[in-house]
Amino acid sequence: MTAQVDTERPVVIASGDQLKAKRLPTWAPVAVAAAAIVLAAGLVMGTGWGGPVLTGVVAAVLFIVGLGVAGGVVEGRRAGSNRVATTLIYSAFLLALAPLLSVAFVLVTKGFERLDGNFLGTSMKNISAFDANGGAYHAIIGTLEQAGIATLITVPLGIAGAIYIVEYGRGFLANAIRFFVDVMTGIPSIVAGLFILSFWVFVVTPIFNDGRPGYSGFAAALALSVLMLPTVVRSTEEMLRLVPGALREGAYALGIPKWKTIMKIVLPTAGPGIVTGCMLAVARAAGETAPVLLVAGGNPAINFSPFSDNQSSLSLYVFEQAGVASQYAPARAWAAALTLVVIVLTLTVLAKLLARRNKLAR
Amino acid sequence: MAKRIEAHGVTAFYSSFKAIDSINMTIEPKSVTALIGPSGCGKSTFLRSINRMHEVLPGARNEGKLLIDGQNVYDNDVDVTAVRRMIGMVFQRPNPFPTMSIYDNVISGLRLNGVRKKSTLDDAVEKALRGANLWNEVKDRLPRPGAGLSGGQQQRLCIARAIAVEPQVLLMDEPCSALDPISTLKIEDLISELKNRFTIVIVTHNMQQAARVSDRTGFFSIDQTGDPGRLIEYDDTSKIFTNPSEKKTEDYITGRFG
Repeated sequence: MTAQVDTERPVVIASGDQLKAKRLPTWAPVAVAAAAIVLAAGLVMGTGWGGPVLTGVVAAVLFIVGLGVAGGVVEGRRAGSNRVATTLIYSAFLLALAPLLSVAFVLVTKGFERLDGNFLGTSMKNISAFDANGGAYHAIIGTLEQAGIATLITVPLGIAGAIYIVEYGRGFLANAIRFFVDVMTGIPSIVAGLFILSFWVFVVTPIFNDGRPGYSGFAAALALSVLMLPTVVRSTEEMLRLVPGALREGAYALGIPKWKTIMKIVLPTAGPGIVTGCMLAVARAAGETAPVLLVAGGNPAINFSPFSDNQSSLSLYVFEQAGVASQYAPARAWAAALTLVVIVLTLTVLAKLLARRNKLAR
Repeated sequence: MAKRIEAHGVTAFYSSFKAIDSINMTIEPKSVTALIGPSGCGKSTFLRSINRMHEVLPGARNEGKLLIDGQNVYDNDVDVTAVRRMIGMVFQRPNPFPTMSIYDNVISGLRLNGVRKKSTLDDAVEKALRGANLWNEVKDRLPRPGAGLSGGQQQRLCIARAIAVEPQVLLMDEPCSALDPISTLKIEDLISELKNRFTIVIVTHNMQQAARVSDRTGFFSIDQTGDPGRLIEYDDTSKIFTNPSEKKTEDYITGRFG
């Protein structure tokens, strides 16, 4: 030991040997909150600066400062900053929740007005925007068919692509595919719609259609596939990478071929995560308006066939109804929006239950 | 039907890094051979070179000849899955398949290689679990998940899974290093029983374990970091632990090195 080392003093972290410390009483946060609200109300309402929203903001700031100061004085600096940090995190959570709850609240209250059997069972055929009745049956069919076909196309393709990237791809080709998948993630939906419009609707379908462009639900499904594919590939890729290498090695060591290891060991292990990723993609596709507008064109009547003639979809229906200057249209738009959310939510819950349903009783 | 293993100049690379250099070694059928040595000396690499698991890692490759009853497993026309079916492996950490029940874990090797008959599979499960000394503990909960067992039971489940495909050689890569002493004892007892059916090669850091379970011991070492691992001495276990011929071996087992 040199003298230089001896002069260095250890940093004092704890003083004394007392383990117990003074704590604020459990009612203190409530008391501080009450005081903050009263003070804020007096300050904002009393002086006439603003309404209840400003009062809430000022009360929140006062609460954080007040609790921090009270904690700091009674419990010490570390405990005081802990109280401030905890409060900030809780407030951030509430702030993030607020838009979600308010959207859900508005959607449910406004959507229920027209959400009835008539709305779910009729189309807009021979009904003008200024009539009170009319429904979204044709749009529900369109959304289910378009999103369904897009899912049938993208899920196998996307999972296969992710398997290639994770399990087989080496070097340049795998990196190139990853890069282009990343680029595809950023494609605006209108561009995907334009691509299918110019390629499928104007070039490919006229060959089979006496030279006339073929707007159809299937074209919309193709455009949605372009949007869904990168999401499916990337989320599946992440999930496959989370499967421990030890499981693959365990299977190889039993003489199980690689493809069977992937099908029977790796994919089932990553299953629930892959399903979540696919449902995110489905939800995004079901909510897209622009590509459907471009390549399916919209149709007020029921069209069961996705391969011929125009089709509508729920999001397109919402877009149309919301843009019409009629006293009845907004109610239809809200009801359709609620229907869309309920459909996506139901599908997501079903898919999750299906993925979690394991033969193993835990 | 245990097999003899002969290594002739077996060398292993990780990309350009040579991990083991020219290992020559003959392992007799129905014997337990322990591989000991300091960390990073290539024991596990050599073990994984026996059933061609080494080459699973990107950039890894082997040179030399490794004969199983005279057949070189490194030949181009060798079916890797057939090699691995003949040479089973148990890993350092228990790795039961998490989506499978105990039953499915044990027969995974058989079922995924095409065996479908229920009675055959049922028999194989009981035989393998009895062979791994796990039958009495799990016979009433075969449909439960394999990952729900304790660590020691999971490792014996993995041993059962490995012996269910009826291999002729069983490689064990530090099978007890993640286990408590009681589970370790159970697995050591199991090794002495399995010796009657299989050729066993076990990598271990625990020299008492090597002395307890093995007939022959190979000591691996490296001169310094970055050098390839070499087989320093390979002899009867009793000789290695009482009267080794190499100074390095003696230093290692007496604790003066490593």
